[in-house]
This record gives sequence, C-alpha cells and structure tokens, in this order.
Amino acid sequence: MAGLLIKNGRVIDPASGVDEVTDVLIEKGVISKMARNLKAPSGAKVIDATGKWVTPGLIDMHTHLREPGYEYKETIETGALSAAVGGFTSIACMANTNPVNDSASVTDMITEKAKKAVVNVFPIGAVTQGLKGEKLAEIGEMAECGVVALSDDGKCVMDARLMRLAMEYGSMFGLTLIEHAEDHSLSGGGVMNEGAQAVRMGLVGQPKAAEDSIVARDITLAEYLDLPVHIAHLSSAYSIELIREAKRRGVKVTGEAAPHHFTLTDVCCDGYDTNAKMAPPLREDKDVEAIKKGLKDGTIDCIATDHAPHSADEKETEFDQAAFGIVGLETALPLSLALVDKKVLTPSRLIETLTSAPAKILGIERGSLSQGAVADVTIIDPEAEWVIDPSKFRSKGKNTPFGGWKVKGRADVTIVKGRVVHEWQ
Amino acid sequence: MGSEANVFSHRHLLSMDDLSRDDIGQFLTTAKMMKEVSEREVKKIPTLRGRTVINCFLEPSTRTRMSFEIAGKRLSADVINISASGSSMSKGESLKDMAGTLRAMNPDLITIRSPHSGAPFQVSEMIERCSVVNAGDGRHEHPSQSLLDIMTISEHKEAFMGLKVSIVGDILNSRVARSNIIGLKKLGAVVTICGPKTLLPVNAEEMADGVTTSIKTAVKNADVVMMLRIQKERIGQATFPNLREYSRLFGLTSERLKLAAKDVVVMHPGPVNRGVEIAPDVADGPWSVILDQVKNGVAVRMAILYLLLGGGLAQGE
Repeated sequence: MAGLLIKNGRVIDPASGVDEVTDVLIEKGVISKMARNLKAPSGAKVIDATGKWVTPGLIDMHTHLREPGYEYKETIETGALSAAVGGFTSIACMANTNPVNDSASVTDMITEKAKKAVVNVFPIGAVTQGLKGEKLAEIGEMAECGVVALSDDGKCVMDARLMRLAMEYGSMFGLTLIEHAEDHSLSGGGVMNEGAQAVRMGLVGQPKAAEDSIVARDITLAEYLDLPVHIAHLSSAYSIELIREAKRRGVKVTGEAAPHHFTLTDVCCDGYDTNAKMAPPLREDKDVEAIKKGLKDGTIDCIATDHAPHSADEKETEFDQAAFGIVGLETALPLSLALVDKKVLTPSRLIETLTSAPAKILGIERGSLSQGAVADVTIIDPEAEWVIDPSKFRSKGKNTPFGGWKVKGRADVTIVKGRVVHEWQ
Repeated sequence: MGSEANVFSHRHLLSMDDLSRDDIGQFLTTAKMMKEVSEREVKKIPTLRGRTVINCFLEPSTRTRMSFEIAGKRLSADVINISASGSSMSKGESLKDMAGTLRAMNPDLITIRSPHSGAPFQVSEMIERCSVVNAGDGRHEHPSQSLLDIMTISEHKEAFMGLKVSIVGDILNSRVARSNIIGLKKLGAVVTICGPKTLLPVNAEEMADGVTTSIKTAVKNADVVMMLRIQKERIGQATFPNLREYSRLFGLTSERLKLAAKDVVVMHPGPVNRGVEIAPDVADGPWSVILDQVKNGVAVRMAILYLLLGGGLAQGE
C-alpha cells in the first residue's frame, strides 16, 4: 500500500496533548511521521486537510450490529459502513444478538465476519447466558476469542450477587462490565420518561429512579470490590451526580452518554413519534443540562451512540408496541460537534470523549495519533453544513428522530489501518 | 347550524386538548337537537345518507360502540363495525396495514377504540380525506365520553364556571378522567381528583385544581361527583391490596355523599362495579345521572358525526 500524507490539518490528539496544525504521514498502515512540511514519498496519496481537524479514528463503544440473528435490521458489514461514514474507525458491538454472544463460537463468528468489515469491530460478550441474568456466560473463553468488555445491554443485570460475581470473574481477564442501568421491576411496562409528557400522552412512564438505583448499586459494588464498572447511556441527572461523587472518592466507575440524550427531551415523543422511543428514554431539560456538564467536567467519560437499527415495520406501529432505539453512527459526530459550537466542550475534550476515553475503558490500543500507532484517522470538517437524510444512511436502519435536521460538521475522510474507507462525496 | 360562520373547523376528534370552549359549546347545541331526534317515533333523519362510517373497535366495548352505531344509523349513514376478535388485527396485521385497508374502502369517518394510546392520532396521519374519532385510546383520552359527561352536567347545572367537580378512582389509568379534566377545566370548572396515591399521575398537582387521597375531602361541597370504574386487573399490579379495602377507602356511599352539595349529581362512565367504587343505593339513587349519561351518549355521538362530516351539507342535499 502506497503511503498517505495528510497536509496542513489541525491535528487534535488528546492522548498526547497535541493540538496544532501539522502533517501526518501514514505508511504501511501505521503513522510513520508527524511534523510540519512533510514531503510526500513517491506514489503517496496527498490529502489537503486545510481548515479540517485530523483526529484519531473515532471509537464507538456502544453499537448494535444485529448479526447474527437480526440481519434484516443490520449486518456487521452494513453497520461497519455506517460507522465509516460517521467517522468511526472502531466500534464495539453489543451481545444481544440471536444467538446471544455468550460463548466462544458466537464471538468467533463475529470476529470472522468482522475481518471483511471496513472498520475495526470489537465484540462485547454477554455477562449472563442468553442475557437471562441467571448464570455467567462463558466469559473466559470469550476473552480468549477477543471480547473487549462484558455487557447484557438491553437488559440490566438485576441480581446483585450475580453482578458482583461477574465483576470479579471478568476482572481475571481485564474485562470491564458495562451496565445497562435500569431496574426492570421499577421501569416495567414504561415506554418513555415518566413525567408530565407521558401523562399527557397516556403512556406508561419509566421513572429516572429505575436508572439511579442501579447506578447507586453498581457504584457500591465497584467501591466494595475495588473493581471497575462502566455505566452505559446515562440519561438521568441524579445518576450523573452519583458518579461525580463516586469518582471523587476514587471509585473506578466510568460512564457514557449518547448524543440523543444530550440533544433531545421527552417532548420529542409528541405526535407519538416512535423514532423518539429509546431505552433509556429521552428525559427532561435538566437531565440534558446535567449530561452536558458531566461531559465537560469528565464525570461522563465518553460519548457512545447506542446505534440501534430497526426495520421500518418495527417503528411504524403504535407507540407502546414500537421497538426501542434509534440509529446513531451517522449522526453522532455533528450532534456532538454542536457541543463545541455551543462552547460546552473544547475541541480537544470532544475528541477525547470519542477516541482515547472509550479506548481506555475498553483497553484497546487505539485512540491516539502517536508515531508508530495504527493509522486509524478521521478527518473532520467542523464547518460543513448539511441536512440529515435517513434515506441516504448506509445503515439498514433509518430510524432516527433527526431526519431533516440541518447540522454542522461531518467526517470528510475516514481511514482505517492506513486505508481510506470513506470519503465525503 | 349550517350557516357559513358555524361550519365546524375540525376534521378529527382526537383529544379534548384540541377543542376550544366554543367547539365544546357547538357539540352541546348540536347534541341537544339530536336528542330530540332520538325521542321521535321515527328516529331517523337523512342527513348522512350515502356516507360511510366504520366503527373500528380493537378493544371490548358495549356502550360506546353501540351508541356510535345507533348514532350513525339515526343519521342514515352506512355503518360498518369491526371488532378486535373478528378483524385482521387479531391475525397480526399492523396498524399501518389496517389503516391502508380502511383507506381503500373510502370511508368518510372512522371511529377507533384501541388499547394503545395514540393509535387514533396515528391513523389520522395515515388516512387523508377521512375523519377520525377517538373512541378511547389506551390510557390517553376518551373525548366523546367527556362530551357526553359535559352534556349531562349541563342538563343539571346552571353554569360550569366555578362548578366543583370531583373525579374519584383510578386517575392514572383512566382516559375518561384525562379527557374530563381537560374539558371541564376549559369550561371553568374547579376539578379535584381523588384516588389512591398509587393510582394518581406523577404530575397530579399540575393537572387538576385539587388533589386528595381522601374521598371525604373530595366529596365535601362537590356539585358533581364522578366515580371511575376500578379495573380489577389493577389489583394484580399491587396498586391497592384488595377490592374490600378499596371500597372502604374510596367507595361512594350515601353516608359520604351527605358531605356534598345538596343538589349534587353522581356520575359513572360504566360499567359499574356495584358495591366497589359505588354503593348500589347511590348508583340507583336520586342523585344518580348514570342512565342520562348513556342516553346522552347517543345524542353526543350523533353530534360528533354530524359536525365532523360537514353538518350534513353533502352534495345532493
């Protein structure tokens, strides 16, 4: 493979503290040089990144690729294409497939298919067999096959003892537990946030306490065991406050937030828009503000999409019958860049939440542009204005509440291991 | 009626939220005339001749369904009924496909009763050139019930402004309560809601003028007491221990009713659980207007069909 020279971009690499205009030379799939005024080796492709940001390839630690079992919603191939368009070079896929990724054979199948995908796919193994919350999944064997974390996402590990055991068992393999914090006994039957909006619409609400109580429990376990736990898709202000306090005490708790949760509120469910139905549900203004503050001060470590593709049929139905979740890979970057535009985050902090922070939680050697690192690079045009058109998504899922939104910022070029996998046309 | 200025401005009836005071007034005026039709020997007028009304009831219902059917027939519309058990929806047909099928039949108006909140609204978005009436959707709303309740109250009370109305029972899950709170507040009534804390909405204080868990407080000085049916399946959801205790704490007895205004009227949307939310002597007593509600149900639904279908100014008339 001939080399690739990215010239005159604003290189933002939070892991090394770099934020300056410089050139990046990629050779043999790794970053070979970073310096000003580099000359292109013969045969190398040159990309002019003037006015653009050159960042480590974005990492989404929370996607649903639906394969095996739900290929009509998404496949590893289409999910990876969607990621590339969104600027993501690495995605971690959740275990709630069919069969569930709770054994080495399923993990193997995913990694085998992932070899042909245009971005890096890191499987996350189930915590419990069949996500049933009863017995531990084959964690050790899955670890040997390359799972990078453990999660029953979609379901909460409701049994506290099992959660404890899974944290202890997973720690032998350096695997962090990712919790879908939702006390199902408290949220049961709820299809949106519990509050005035749900009452108005006559829909059963999920109280924030369903999230908060599990976050409190998991922090308690993490502190007691001195082991890490990661809370997925934080949506409630009080959960974030609990994490802030715990981090102050040195508890190994980390958290993520999804773009829709810091962009929208439960008012978006108006008109029974099933594309505003997700788990956890869209909350209220004060929660949105708390998420932004949490991302700013580091209480929330990273941004993750919770990309959840569904077929049109699963959404074009009564609100309480519709599937939970929205697609996120192709909309996450502009929605996140809006936080920079609104001066909530600095460019460097934003890129950290999308690169080195998730890499650290998953323990993967990605998320930095240092010399010798794997050349996963995203070139971002932070100023480009465009309109979100779901029909153009590379994902099979078109379920998004952001269709027709005019947004700013996009991934111009996505590079995985030195190879250009997406270029904005 | 029928004059240019009075042409009804809504295509659908989905929520009491959508109606102005004047709209409600127009329904009542029209319903009053329709009630007169129902008292004739020949209970039929040709107003909606050639119009097709489909009653799509995806949940069990007796009085609402029957009264919409009678209403349509008294107005000479062609009325077709679809029920959940006999319909393709019980064979797993989606709402979207069902709406498509209905649209293909070219109806002028569809009434929809659904266990899912929002379904009538969603169907109204899927079908053009057809009125949709919400005949009760999930825990959301039941506007035709609210209109008939308002009509019944208007027959017994001078004015709504300042009228003390207490609604007692499962407020959280009741579409009747939701529509009545909205409708009565628009007319200036002072609405108090009462029920076990477990069956009150989280934002109860914002919804009503008064909130209480004591039926005595609710009934005291009330001009209207509206009792809601307690659904027995709620017991399994641990919202209250058993019917006996519910009845003791929230049942309307003649003893409790003494606290109310002298000319109080007692209402119930039916079907009544005698001896649970309401004592038999209260349900059958002089205060009770429960059967007036049923009677007005037909008149109000005739008014709904009449007004939504353009006041009968169809071609050829």
